[in-house]
Amino acid sequence: MIGKVVVTVHVDDPVAIRATGLAKRFGDHVAVAGLDLTVEEGELFSLLGPNGAGKTTTIKMLCCLLRPSGGTASILGHDVRTDPIAVKQVIGVSPQETALAPNLNAWENLGLMAGLHGIGKQRGRRRAAELLEVTGLANRAMDKVKQYSGGMQRRLSIAMALVADPQVVFLDEPTIGLDPQARRGMWDYVAGLKGTTTIVLTTHYLEEADALADRVAVVDGGALVALGTPAGLKAKISGTPVMMVEAPNVTDGALAALRRAYPTARVVPAGVEIEGDDLSVYEIADCLRPFGVEIRSTSIKHVSLDDVFLELTGKELRE
Amino acid sequence: MRSTELAKRNLKEVIRDPLSLGMAVGLPLVLLLTLQALGGDGAPFLTPTLLTPGIVLFGFVMVMFSSAMILSRDRETSLLGRLLTAPLRSSDFVSGYSLPYLLVAMAQAIVLMTVGAVLGLGSAGSVVLVALVLAAMAVFYVALGMILGAVLTVAQTSGAYAFVLILTIFGGAWFDLEEIGGLFITIGDVLPFKHALDASRAVMADGAGLGDIAPDLYWIGAYTTGAVVLAIATFQREMRK
Repeated sequence: MIGKVVVTVHVDDPVAIRATGLAKRFGDHVAVAGLDLTVEEGELFSLLGPNGAGKTTTIKMLCCLLRPSGGTASILGHDVRTDPIAVKQVIGVSPQETALAPNLNAWENLGLMAGLHGIGKQRGRRRAAELLEVTGLANRAMDKVKQYSGGMQRRLSIAMALVADPQVVFLDEPTIGLDPQARRGMWDYVAGLKGTTTIVLTTHYLEEADALADRVAVVDGGALVALGTPAGLKAKISGTPVMMVEAPNVTDGALAALRRAYPTARVVPAGVEIEGDDLSVYEIADCLRPFGVEIRSTSIKHVSLDDVFLELTGKELRE
Repeated sequence: MRSTELAKRNLKEVIRDPLSLGMAVGLPLVLLLTLQALGGDGAPFLTPTLLTPGIVLFGFVMVMFSSAMILSRDRETSLLGRLLTAPLRSSDFVSGYSLPYLLVAMAQAIVLMTVGAVLGLGSAGSVVLVALVLAAMAVFYVALGMILGAVLTVAQTSGAYAFVLILTIFGGAWFDLEEIGGLFITIGDVLPFKHALDASRAVMADGAGLGDIAPDLYWIGAYTTGAVVLAIATFQREMRK
């Protein structure tokens, strides 16, 4: 009898996550509408979008928690539909909710996740100790986590995603509830993983994506709206410089004079905003001073990812 | 085995919730002592030999409730979602959640049987056969807890517990079903509770053997197998919605 021989050839593929036409419907509601994404190994990739944009649904499909309604996706070559155990072997997830075992202490929570991923007791203990230090929880490691503050629980939640040394980490809104200092500490740690661990980060904190992400995907209504580096996305909409003139007492006459030189001038709460390529601080001052306007400062406004999102979708990102 | 890690966590949750643990063992014990004291007035089903198996089965309902609650709570707090991202199969999850509660059920049964023995419980037949019946029912109740916990909210779980508790009335632990007859017997015959109680009482009081209680064992086996299969299927569904 001649058996069928299947040969698997591992090609050196730098892609950690590949999604093609990935879709999810809940009845008539389309949560994710045919997403095409590739994330390279070691890349920190951020998914941005307002609530209900499909970020968490996308992550749940990639983590094998939701079955896609259409399309395909793979993690390090393992198909999320047909090989979920292999996918789960290489991923770590920090869900939107803190999702901890409340009657266990931090040490035991970390040990639980290390044990479920089968990384071995010694290695698990070493990783847990390291992460407890990084998250600043070492001195409370033996306390039941239900006694922790929200910020401490959030830090432990992130540590639980990392304890098994996963090759691909999904961090879904990981720094919600952290104070600025703890958030900065977590950024430093996550940034340190770049290059060795593939990270998918969803966040509402745009400065977080801006500071950490190699690339950003803006999603809205379950569809990809834009994809690129934070700088690249900002460059797309930053063709015309915007000058902010801080002046508390801009009168109608002063504005009219300014508009004769710069038709784009408009009053904003702090003063006047002018969009244009050839902006001269001196000329602006000459227009305003005859009307007794006191100019306190001038600055060129930098484009943020907020502006990118507003430009692309017409929506505020933090809705 | 990775399911052992999950079982260890769940056992810790049980041990660190002394109120629930105390209720699970203490309440049936109080019931046994109270009803046995009433049995002195001559009601035959209140003698230790006939009463104790019913109390053990009642205790299992409380274990079912605890197992359903932890699973339901883990779902509501998204801890289950996190656990489901670990490389475990649905059967690993069912065993990881079930084993600690089977241990509690076993401990509960041993305590109640020991107290029953002190009160005068005796077994004319094989103790192993009684243990087999009770063990099968413990598996049934814990599997039922898994099913309820996997589909119901914490609030709904309390309602389901009350419903199952009412159904166990048709087991005949608290009164003689034969005296009431009719619909009670019909319903009792299609549920596993009466079969479990009849079988254990027959062995303990009358010395019945395996062949004598075989029809009851078929019912118990069918319900237990069905509950375990359904629990695994429910988990599979939960893992990939």
